[in-house]
Amino acid sequence: MRDVEGSDMISRRDFLQTSMAASAILGASSFGQWSRVAAQQALTQDQLLQFDTFGNVSLIHITDIHAQLKPIYFREPSINIGVGDNKGQVPHVTGADFRKMYGIDDGSPSHYALSSGDFSALAQAYGRVGGLDRVSTVINAIRADRPDAILLDGGDTWHGSYTCYQTEGQDMVNVMNALKPDAMTFHWEFTLGSERVQEIVEGLPFAALGQNIFDAEWDEPVDIFPPYKFFERGGVNVAVIGQAFPYMPIANPGWMFPEYSFGIRDENMQAMVDEVRAKGAELVVVLSHNGFDVDKKMAGKVTGIDVILSGHTHDALPEPVLVGETIIVASGSNGKFVSRVDLDVRDGRMMGFRHKLIPIFSDVIEPDKAVTEVIDAQRAPYMAELSEVIGQSESLLYRRGNFNGTWDDLICDALISEREADIAMSPGVRWGPSILPGQDITREDIWNVTSMTYGRAYRTEMTGEFIHVILEDVADNLFNPDPYYQQGGDMVRLGGLGYRIDITKPQGSRITDMTLLKTGEALDASKTYQVAGWASVNEGTEGPQIWDVVESHIRKQGTVRVEPNNSVKVIGA
Amino acid sequence: MTLTRRKVMVMGAGAFVAFGLPLRATAAAEDAIAAFTGGAAIGEGGITLTAPEIAENGNTVPIEVSAPGASQIMVLATGNPTPGVATFAFGALAASQAASTRIRLAGTQDVVAIAKMADGSFVQASSNVKVTIGGCGG
Repeated sequence: MRDVEGSDMISRRDFLQTSMAASAILGASSFGQWSRVAAQQALTQDQLLQFDTFGNVSLIHITDIHAQLKPIYFREPSINIGVGDNKGQVPHVTGADFRKMYGIDDGSPSHYALSSGDFSALAQAYGRVGGLDRVSTVINAIRADRPDAILLDGGDTWHGSYTCYQTEGQDMVNVMNALKPDAMTFHWEFTLGSERVQEIVEGLPFAALGQNIFDAEWDEPVDIFPPYKFFERGGVNVAVIGQAFPYMPIANPGWMFPEYSFGIRDENMQAMVDEVRAKGAELVVVLSHNGFDVDKKMAGKVTGIDVILSGHTHDALPEPVLVGETIIVASGSNGKFVSRVDLDVRDGRMMGFRHKLIPIFSDVIEPDKAVTEVIDAQRAPYMAELSEVIGQSESLLYRRGNFNGTWDDLICDALISEREADIAMSPGVRWGPSILPGQDITREDIWNVTSMTYGRAYRTEMTGEFIHVILEDVADNLFNPDPYYQQGGDMVRLGGLGYRIDITKPQGSRITDMTLLKTGEALDASKTYQVAGWASVNEGTEGPQIWDVVESHIRKQGTVRVEPNNSVKVIGA
Repeated sequence: MTLTRRKVMVMGAGAFVAFGLPLRATAAAEDAIAAFTGGAAIGEGGITLTAPEIAENGNTVPIEVSAPGASQIMVLATGNPTPGVATFAFGALAASQAASTRIRLAGTQDVVAIAKMADGSFVQASSNVKVTIGGCGG
C-alpha cells in the first residue's frame, strides 16, 4: 500500500485497484497462492486463518447458510451462464475456466472448495465443509486479531433443514445468537410467515436491517426493519445499510407475508447512503441479498457505497469485484465460507482493503466446543427422525447449476412415479447440500433439499401451451439481459420433458423442441398433460409434502441411481 | 409414511397463475398518445417515472410520476386492453408537478408517462414492468 498523505494526484479508485493487485500478488486474499502451497502439504487451520491484519476496520461476512448447522458436502455449479454485460464475467465462470482465471491448481483444496469437476474424488480427500461450530472458530480468530470486527449475516439463515422447519427457525436463531452477529438482512426468513418473523425479530439481540422493506399498504418504511445502523469501530463511523431480497413476494409466496413490500428501490438506497454520509458515516457498507449481478448494477447506479457484502446467488469468489469505487464481496452458501474484509479508512474515506474468502474445511478447522453444544442441543430432540437411513445413492446427488442437477432429477422421478404424472416440475432453488456416491441418504438429507413452509406436492392438468408459457416465464427470470429483471434462482427443473433453450432470444422464443420423453413425441400445445410439482407460491396448494413423496420413492428404490440427463439443449451460452 | 392412492390422486389447486407473454403496445395506446400530443414530437428528460421492475402484484402496481414545470401528465399502460390510466392536470399554483397512484397491468409491458410542459412541448419517460408467474427463488 502506498501512503496516501499528500498524494491528491492518485484517485481513490487507483488505491482500490492497488488493493486488488496487492491481494492477487502478495497473497492477502490470494486463494490461488495458498492453494499451491497447500497442495504440497497438509492443510492446517493456521493456513486457513492466516491474515495480516490491515487498516482499522474488519468486516466478517457469512450468508445463505440455509440452516446448515453441521458439516456437509456442497458441489459448486458446473453451469452458471451470464447474460448481457455479465456474459463471461464472474460469477458466471465455472470449473476449469474458473481455476484458470484465479490461478488455482487442479486437485487443490481451492479447486474442491470453489469449483466443480472431480467433485466426488476431491470430497473423499478433503472431507466435508461448513458447520457453524467451525465457523465460530474462524470468527473467534478474527475477533482475536480485531476484537471489534463487525459480523454481518446476509440472510437465508432461518430456512432449509428438518430442525429449522420443526422449530420455525428457533434452532438457527439460538445458534446464530451464540455467534453474536451485529446485523442481518433477509429473504427466506419471511416464508416462516410475517407473525413468526416479527416475533423473532423483536427478540433479536442485533439489528434487522432492510432499506427496501416497506409496508405494503402505505408503501412506508417499517419500524422493526430499520434501513441502517451505525457502528463506531476503530475510531471510524461505519454505517451498515440492509438490502433484503427484492423479489420476495414474487419468488416466494407473498400471501405468507402480505403486510410487506420489497423491490430494489435504488432511489431509496441512494437516499439512505446520502443520509448516513450526512450523519458522518466514513465507511458505508451494504449488507445485501440482491444477488451478485443485481449488486453489480446497483453499485453502478448508487454512488457512495464502499463495500457490498453480496448474498442470494450463492457465489463464492476468492477476490472482490470492483465496480467504480465499490468493492463487492461474495461469500458462498450453506456455511461453506466466511469472508474477512479489512479496511483502511482515513479522512472519512476507504483507502484500501485486504480480503480473504476463508473456506470452512470441517476436518481442518477445530469446532468451537461451546457452539457444538448449542447445535447439538437444538438437534437432540429430533435425532431419531434425522438419522434414519432411507436408502443409499450410487450417484453423486447435487443441485447447483442453471439446469437439472441430479438431486432434482431424483425429486422429479419421485414426483412422476409417486404421483403418476407425465411431467414433473421442481423449483430452481440454489440451496441443498450434495450426497456422495455410496453415501447413505438419511431423512435429514432429504429435508436439506426439500424443507420449506410451502412444500405441498401438487398434481394438476396443464396444456402444452401453458407449460411453454411457464418455461418462458422462468427462463426470463434467469436470462433477462437486465439484472434488475432477474430473480436469482436457476431454471425450473423438469422431469419427463426435454427442451431446447436459446438464452440469447427474448421471452417467448427461448424455449423450443419441447419433447415428452416417455413417448418421444413433441409436446402438443392444445393437449392436456398431468403435471406434478412442488413449491407453488399459490395459497391453498394441495397434496402431500414433497419430503414424504421423495422419502417414499427412495425407500422403494433402496439404492438410487441417477442416469446422466441430456434432455435440455442449451444454445447461446 | 405411506401415500394412499386416493391421497396421491387428489388434484391440487391451481399451481400457477399465468400472465402469458409480454404484451406489445396496442393501437389504442398509440391513438391515446396522438390525441394527447396532437401529433407533436416528444422529447426525453425532465420527467421521472418510478415503477417497480417486477410487479409484486399485477393488480395493484405503485407508480410515481414527476415533471417539474408540467401542466399535464398522462400515464398509459401501453399493453392493457384499455391503456389509459390517468391524466393529471396541474394548475399554475400547484406546489409540485408530481403524482402517485396504483395501476393494474394485464401482463408484462411498458408503462409510459408523457408530460405537457408549460411551453406546450412534450417529454416522455417509460418503464418496463414485468408481471411474472414467480416461484423458484434462490
